[in-house]
Amino acid sequence: MRWIWIDKFLEFRSGEFARAIKNLTLAEEHLHDHFPGYPVMPASLIIEGLAQTGGILVGEAGGFVEKVVLAKIARAEFYGVACAGDQLIYEVTLTDLRGEGAVVDAKAYLEGTLLAEAEIVFAHLDNSRANQIFGPKNFVFTQQLLGVLDLAQARSRAAALPEPTSEVTEAAAPVNGRPLEG
Amino acid sequence: MPTYDEIYGKVQTTLVDALGVDDDDVTRTSTLQGDLGAESIDFLDIVFRLERNFGIKIPRGELFPENLASDPEMIKDGKLTAKGVEELKTRLPFADLAKFEADPDVNKISDLYTVDMLVHYVQSKLAG
Repeated sequence: MRWIWIDKFLEFRSGEFARAIKNLTLAEEHLHDHFPGYPVMPASLIIEGLAQTGGILVGEAGGFVEKVVLAKIARAEFYGVACAGDQLIYEVTLTDLRGEGAVVDAKAYLEGTLLAEAEIVFAHLDNSRANQIFGPKNFVFTQQLLGVLDLAQARSRAAALPEPTSEVTEAAAPVNGRPLEG
Repeated sequence: MPTYDEIYGKVQTTLVDALGVDDDDVTRTSTLQGDLGAESIDFLDIVFRLERNFGIKIPRGELFPENLASDPEMIKDGKLTAKGVEELKTRLPFADLAKFEADPDVNKISDLYTVDMLVHYVQSKLAG
């Protein structure tokens, strides 16, 4: 299993706000155990998804230099459950950012209705000490996790490109699956 | 300039929100760690909330100094040296060190962090 609890960013405003999607599917093992015959997304994993959305927002604000770790869930409230087949929207607003860490307000929506809200505190790991323990590699922002953000950025870049003309499309089209030469 | 009681009321709210304690648990003499159960990560949360609730800026290390305990000139045999006590006085001018000086056990530094101390700290920030 890969520890990625968001599927895609819908919106990303650096240092301010992020909106991400989490689709729930019966392909996820944990839904068969939580609970048998009643597949409910565990609240802890909704928190994790909100924290990943917020963690990337906080990390990106500092150019991913800091190791951002979830320090504290200051408050969390749940108003309902999400089941297999549902789509959750996570909205996270950066409310405070300083050298030692950050705070975000996080909300999860199901079909436009508020399902959960939390206040999450992140800490920046002391790089000198963290490097002694974990090495210089940024184990928080792995390429796997950042891939979700890369995908969103690639999509927005693609959306910003001008529409290709029909001639260009034809010229670039592969022949029998092979790209044209020249 | 707000009165002591006005600041105290907001510090109380800050600690209730940050530590999940009841209003009644927070008294002037309550220590953050011993009485209210604060852990090191809560200090960051408290700093964020004090900044927000009072509109002040708290530079890193000003309220919760770092690296003091690792300096051999400041600490010997589990106690603060005379230099260490002086350093602590300089760094925490808003703390009451009278009792601590008699037995400057490093483990008792956390007892300096009382609700009253936070109120005095905020007073000094608002005055400055």
